[in-house]
Amino acid sequence: MQRLGHYFGLHKQNAVLAFDELRQQPLASLLTIAVIGIALALPAALSLLVQNGRSVAGSMEEVRDFSVYMQPGQTVEAAEDLAGRLRLKAVVREVRLITAEQALEEFREASGLDNALEALETNPLPHTLVVRPDIEVAPEALESIAEELRSNPAVDQVRIDTDWVRRLNAILELLNRSVWIAAILLITAVIIIVGNTIRLDIQNRRDEIEVYKLLGASNGFVRRPFLYTGICYGLTGGVFGLILLVISALVLAEPIERLTGLYGSQFVLRGLNIATIGAVLGGGLLAGWGGAWSAVSRHISAIQPK
Amino acid sequence: MIRFEHVTKRYDGGRDALRNVSLEIPKGELVFLTGPSGAGKSTFLKMLACIERPTRGQVFVNGANIGSLPEKHIHRYRRQIGLVFQDNKLLQDKSTFDNVALPLVIAGMPERDIGRRVRAALDQVGLLKKEKSPPRNLSLGEQQRVGIARAVVSRPGLLIADEPTGNLDPELSLDIMNLFRRFNDIGVTMVIATHDVNLLDQLGGKRLILTNGEVNGGDFCSNDGGGY
Repeated sequence: MQRLGHYFGLHKQNAVLAFDELRQQPLASLLTIAVIGIALALPAALSLLVQNGRSVAGSMEEVRDFSVYMQPGQTVEAAEDLAGRLRLKAVVREVRLITAEQALEEFREASGLDNALEALETNPLPHTLVVRPDIEVAPEALESIAEELRSNPAVDQVRIDTDWVRRLNAILELLNRSVWIAAILLITAVIIIVGNTIRLDIQNRRDEIEVYKLLGASNGFVRRPFLYTGICYGLTGGVFGLILLVISALVLAEPIERLTGLYGSQFVLRGLNIATIGAVLGGGLLAGWGGAWSAVSRHISAIQPK
Repeated sequence: MIRFEHVTKRYDGGRDALRNVSLEIPKGELVFLTGPSGAGKSTFLKMLACIERPTRGQVFVNGANIGSLPEKHIHRYRRQIGLVFQDNKLLQDKSTFDNVALPLVIAGMPERDIGRRVRAALDQVGLLKKEKSPPRNLSLGEQQRVGIARAVVSRPGLLIADEPTGNLDPELSLDIMNLFRRFNDIGVTMVIATHDVNLLDQLGGKRLILTNGEVNGGDFCSNDGGGY
């Protein structure tokens, strides 16, 4: 137990030493941290872009609605019956029935062709069902529902536009992959940056490391403060990256508001969420540790007193 | 305590630094290692500190064959010995206290015990009042005493010093040597390399004279194998 306490004591001591290390060379450390921060902020910004893209897609769900026109002569009851059956499907969120009379009324109001419509003896419009699918539904599932409806003898026509949804999903998927590629490349860059910084640090302290070893320090003991320094670089770089993201969001907020105002959209910019914050800090921590590890594993044991 | 059995050290390039050295140094001995430069004094000490390994033969310290100690156990062996260097090898960006505490921190001693032990060691070398100063603010003689405090703070059974007075004037040198003698009086085995023969005449202790990598006189048997 005492050994364990000592172990944690050493870790605490090393963590403090690592921060001292960064403070002792403020300029060099700040430059490194800035580069790490930018490298971490870039994929995070892309990821936020994709998340916002999804939210835009979701807010334009009326585009995904499809219309089912009943055969002329079908009764309102038949239309209601079909609407009821559609509502039972898991992928359908909402079904609205527009009766022929309502449709005619709407058309009359919208067109202003009162007199022409008066001349009609019968209502030429069919009953219509407007189906709103769930946001998550794949275009293929929508197509299969549409196909099923088309084979129903009571249904005249099904209007569905899945191309638009397909295109948007394809673009989002492309962006999503780009986020991953950017994240992998930039995290690799962070690992290399931290690794190189720690390598220089080790070289500068070669004499000191030799003394430690002469006094009985194991490789692990000498490694530890460098690993902590790497983690410090990664974490502070992550915090800097988050600051960059917050500033970017603030700068973009006003023009986005103007743009969405023009479209009459309900869109609200999604800023940093817990997952993104966690990813930036976690990525920084892991990359810092990884970079430091790559440096210490190659260089510490090679230093032997002469 | 220390036993060399037919130890030869050949460096790359073919030069023999030690040639078939066999000897035994009993526990509690104070041994001055002398001889002209290039005679193998440093190599002898480096083997004791496990910095160099013998090309042939075996080196035993406290019964352990340190010549063939696996790499990963060397650090544990070094914790059992104290090392003093000509250039003291103090860390200049740390205080005197922290320098002396280093071997204890490395060995994983609890913090509360470290303070007590470090102050005791600094007291023994007469530098208790300088614990907060960085080494560069101390005189050369004082710095060497800090180096000695660091070497004895973990109470090693064996202390190895390589030209500890090499950078000091005669008066300070005598001072330092007397300090070593005091630690020897409490039972620490000591091997001290020095070329300062005048100093040795005032000190006593056993002598081990190396010439051309061979034991060439002093109080230890010559290297004819077997007959220590």
